[in-house]
Amino acid sequence: MAAADGQVIAQKEQDLLSLLGREETTEYAAASFKTDHVINLHSLENTAAGVLDIKISHRFGFLSEGLYQLFGLDQATIRIGADYGITDRLSIGVGRSSYEKSYDGFIKYKILRQSTGLRTMPITIAVLGTTCIETLHWAHPERNNLFSSRMYHVAQLIIGRKFSNGFSLQISPTLVHRNLVETASEKNDVLACGFAGRIKLNKRLSLNAEYIYLLPDQVAAGVHNSLSLGFDIETGGHVFQLHFTNSTSMIERGFIAETVGDWGKGDIHLGFNISRVFTIVKPKT
Amino acid sequence: MKKHFFLIILFIGGFTGFSFGQKYFSKTGRVHIVSEAPVEKIEADNNNGYVIFDAASGRFEFSVLIKGFTFQKALMQEHFNENYMESDDYPKAVYKGSIADWSTIHLMNDHVFQVNVEGQLTMHGVTKPFKCPASIIMKSGGVSATSSFDIAIADFNIQIPKVVKDNISKNVKVDVKVDLLPMK
Repeated sequence: MAAADGQVIAQKEQDLLSLLGREETTEYAAASFKTDHVINLHSLENTAAGVLDIKISHRFGFLSEGLYQLFGLDQATIRIGADYGITDRLSIGVGRSSYEKSYDGFIKYKILRQSTGLRTMPITIAVLGTTCIETLHWAHPERNNLFSSRMYHVAQLIIGRKFSNGFSLQISPTLVHRNLVETASEKNDVLACGFAGRIKLNKRLSLNAEYIYLLPDQVAAGVHNSLSLGFDIETGGHVFQLHFTNSTSMIERGFIAETVGDWGKGDIHLGFNISRVFTIVKPKT
Repeated sequence: MKKHFFLIILFIGGFTGFSFGQKYFSKTGRVHIVSEAPVEKIEADNNNGYVIFDAASGRFEFSVLIKGFTFQKALMQEHFNENYMESDDYPKAVYKGSIADWSTIHLMNDHVFQVNVEGQLTMHGVTKPFKCPASIIMKSGGVSATSSFDIAIADFNIQIPKVVKDNISKNVKVDVKVDLLPMK
């Protein structure tokens, strides 16, 4: 009898903390991807509140250009951009690409955040809007050209989940609107769906992949679906993304609706994105 | 609100004298961690430590959620969780211990008592015996406790890569402060 009492007491003592019940907090899934971009596509992640993320993205020429162009290394397409987190859910960004001398801007908002604890939510959903203005000289200056012809808009939903510490997956249904297209057979509104994922290889290295499926009969002949494979390498304050892609442009309307590279023919760009974050506004503790 | 009111009543009633045989708790235990290395000083706070103290036996337990630590820089917080503490796999740090020689301590109001704490600290999947000094502060308004100690992070199987060895200290200084309330 005495022994049984002792056991009961021991059990009670072991569960001292359980008397307080569960922690009343909601834990949001974090770091489903190392930056707010998978490769070309926006990822589930946002730039954190008060953080400025300077991005330098670069694509060499096609490997298929051969030795004369040193397998693409002689050529370069570049985008310089800056993303900023207004809150943990709302971020904005601007950029300038050498591809068609484009200026772009985006706004991204997390509608739902994957969480456990007090509030449980299995997935994250973000909505993204981007606008692009290309500033090439008019091909036909003698015509009555409209400024609106230079503009492109993209609306995208990003739906995804961090399945485990090492594995995240997302799908991105997308609408690309082009005010002016080259031929009557091309659609002004292009529907596409992006698929992207990452597998963490170790704490500082992950393997990323993305594929964007274009619904048939919308774009010019010779446009391919975008496929990119790459690595995220984290070094303290930088994330270095190294990848292979058949897309030349680094903004949505370009890599979704204007990818001309064909993986089968070796039209593959070696590319990299460098992301460096700066804390502008420190969080209140 | 009703619950709070009830707690306040208990608080006033309970602290006219410290009552043995009573359990005390807090859900707002404060934990401040500091790593001072040649290149940078990194600090983080967690204000949601769960503490429960059994005055009958002198035993207590303390638990903090690793993801509850907030840093000055979002990236530091991400690295802390992802690369060092691996908080998805090891979400909590827990201390289970007791106050040494509890039965010989006679607590009185308006006194600060220096005590020693002995027990087991579990974090990052490693459990180690851990001792540290602590203070129990008795005031007519309530009882609180503080403690400061260092944790050698290598003891808890947390590795610092060579590239950042000047950024992160091998010993992290921890300050704990809790205001305890009597449990009903």
